[in-house]
Amino acid sequence: MKRIFALMMSLVMCAGLAACGSSETASGEDTASVYYLNFKPEQNAQWKELAKIYEEETGVPVTVVTAASGDYETTLMAEMGKSNAPTLFQVNGPVGLKNWADYCYDLTGSDVMSQLTSDSYALKNEDGSVAGIAYVIESYGIIANKTLLKKAGYSIDDITSFETLKAVAEDITARKDELGFAAFTSAGMDGSSDWRFKTHLANLPLYFEYQANDIDSTDAIKGTYLDQYRAIWDLYINNSTCSPAELSAKTGDDSRNEFLAGKAVFFQNGSWEYSDLVGEGKFKDEDLAMIPIYFGVGDEANQGLCTGTENYWCVNNSASEEDIQATLDFMNWCVTSEVGTTAMCGGKGAMPSGEAGMGFVIPFKDALESSNLFVKQDAEMTAAGKTPVSWNFSTMPSEEWKNGVGSALTAYAANQTDDNWAAVVSAFVDGWATEYQLANS
Amino acid sequence: MAPTLAAFCVGFIWPFLHGLYLSFCQFTTVDNAKWVGLGNYAKAFADTSFIDSFYFTVAFVIVAATIINVTAFAIALALTKELKGTNIFRTVFFMPNLIGGIVLGYIWQTLFNAVLMKLGQPLLALNTQAGYWGLIILLCWQQIGYMMIIYVAGLQNISPDLMEAAAIDGANHWQTLLKVKLPMVMPSITICLFLTITNAFKLFDQNLSLTAGEPAHTTEMMALNIYYTFYARAGAAWKGIGQAKAVIFFLLVVIIGLTQLRATRSKEVQQ
Repeated sequence: MKRIFALMMSLVMCAGLAACGSSETASGEDTASVYYLNFKPEQNAQWKELAKIYEEETGVPVTVVTAASGDYETTLMAEMGKSNAPTLFQVNGPVGLKNWADYCYDLTGSDVMSQLTSDSYALKNEDGSVAGIAYVIESYGIIANKTLLKKAGYSIDDITSFETLKAVAEDITARKDELGFAAFTSAGMDGSSDWRFKTHLANLPLYFEYQANDIDSTDAIKGTYLDQYRAIWDLYINNSTCSPAELSAKTGDDSRNEFLAGKAVFFQNGSWEYSDLVGEGKFKDEDLAMIPIYFGVGDEANQGLCTGTENYWCVNNSASEEDIQATLDFMNWCVTSEVGTTAMCGGKGAMPSGEAGMGFVIPFKDALESSNLFVKQDAEMTAAGKTPVSWNFSTMPSEEWKNGVGSALTAYAANQTDDNWAAVVSAFVDGWATEYQLANS
Repeated sequence: MAPTLAAFCVGFIWPFLHGLYLSFCQFTTVDNAKWVGLGNYAKAFADTSFIDSFYFTVAFVIVAATIINVTAFAIALALTKELKGTNIFRTVFFMPNLIGGIVLGYIWQTLFNAVLMKLGQPLLALNTQAGYWGLIILLCWQQIGYMMIIYVAGLQNISPDLMEAAAIDGANHWQTLLKVKLPMVMPSITICLFLTITNAFKLFDQNLSLTAGEPAHTTEMMALNIYYTFYARAGAAWKGIGQAKAVIFFLLVVIIGLTQLRATRSKEVQQ
């Protein structure tokens, strides 16, 4: 019996191996194709439509698969292990690149690279080769409801620094019952919302420390500006729609819905929220404005929005040569052709099917003006000589570091003692050193 | 038999062996692995969060498995009495088992938070105690019905002759329960204990959606710890360490499961 079992096992194994072998040769004989593993679920429909148009125009099949929100890394890992792996994928910056550097085709000298408006939008390896290309530039800040602000007796121009923001917010809180709204939407620390604070808000102390030391990454953060981080966090949680003790359970949807319902004036979020905030039954462009996250450090009068990218296109170097070429051609087509640029930059009705475009700001020479209000504001501020705050959070050592800071922030919000803040500082500073070492050992 | 065997090899044996191999490697994707030897295991054992999650898991398993089995058996006893509507009750008790773990986790999270808010206690994400008992309540609610069905079947299988003999000999309720019913349902107890212990040990979805390990990893069970090792860390080394943890985890579940099976099997009686 045992012998029969062993025999059958080996037979099955052989059959399995043979099956694998034959499927590989079959895929190798196919004509060139593109497989894009998309990171942004919001733009899934647009990418699929673009892919179809490209296939009709050139005959090169383009497959677009979108990973579920928050599952990109897991999906990418699984997909890269398959025989038909993605030819075009994304990393979120230098730390994300660490996992995937071995798979990135050197984009130096490619057509799409030459379309970049600035070299700084290329993600480079330590040896100077180009691993990724940023394809969308985004901004975040504090989104303000101008109508409510006016009701409270202020205008957007009254807020020019952390001090003035604090004064306005605290005045609104003092008259909360009379006005019927709060200053800030709930700073929810549920997994769907905590990235706004443990990542995006935490970028500010990081940015100013990098600026002060003239560096762009570090193995040990000092936490020079954590007092300011505490001040703005205090402001967010104590002038909000709900009690700070409830924040741990508040979600991203809660926060957005409060803002849409006019329950709060300020909402920290980014240009990607535009399509959720503006539209039928929602806000109009003239109701909204995005202001910088004033932090009480540096030249606040000339501080701009937080502008940068965590979306880099990378080409899979283990794909066949034809597929790599097809992928490069597809990328170039997206950022140079009329259909491609209109789809990527356009707003309402920009897609050939009549659906809304992606509304991106793209760092390429043929970019069209975006219809996104917040993006336009960022351009205006930059034109007026304000300095955008760069996205340094892509240098945070790991997801684990962010989780540690998030946990400590949540605990502090519920019980605002110095001891609990010391835990935030420890997660920020000591956690950084530990995680950096673990990630780079 | 051949198709089953093929499926077993493709779906279990081969991935298992490959997984074992990967635990000795540094890798990003499964077909790009570099042999590093026992280093991953050393690092896994040196990780205090992994050890902490083990203790938390053990504390969870002991309490959850006890409560589930005692309650399920008690309900099964009640529902094998000749009462009206026992079928409806059985269906009702079984139903929670039909809902997926992730969904349950989120629903219970809302419920627990509402109660904690009313009591003026810190919410789940800040409350290790509440997280621990929350997980236990959730798993009990989900599994008691399932175990009850198995116990009901076991109790119904007891020959009426035995019960009658016990009654004629003058045994009271407690004596019948302890001396006749319990020994006769030992096979059901074996299977129920095995299911609850291994399921509680391997708990993942409910843990992820109810507490996600918060606050600061103190309600993190072993499966979730492995998941975070895999996906929340940057750098090439972590996938291998996560894989090594998974192999250790597998061995633990096997050892505990087999020990329990042996211990309860020895108490089973032949009819």
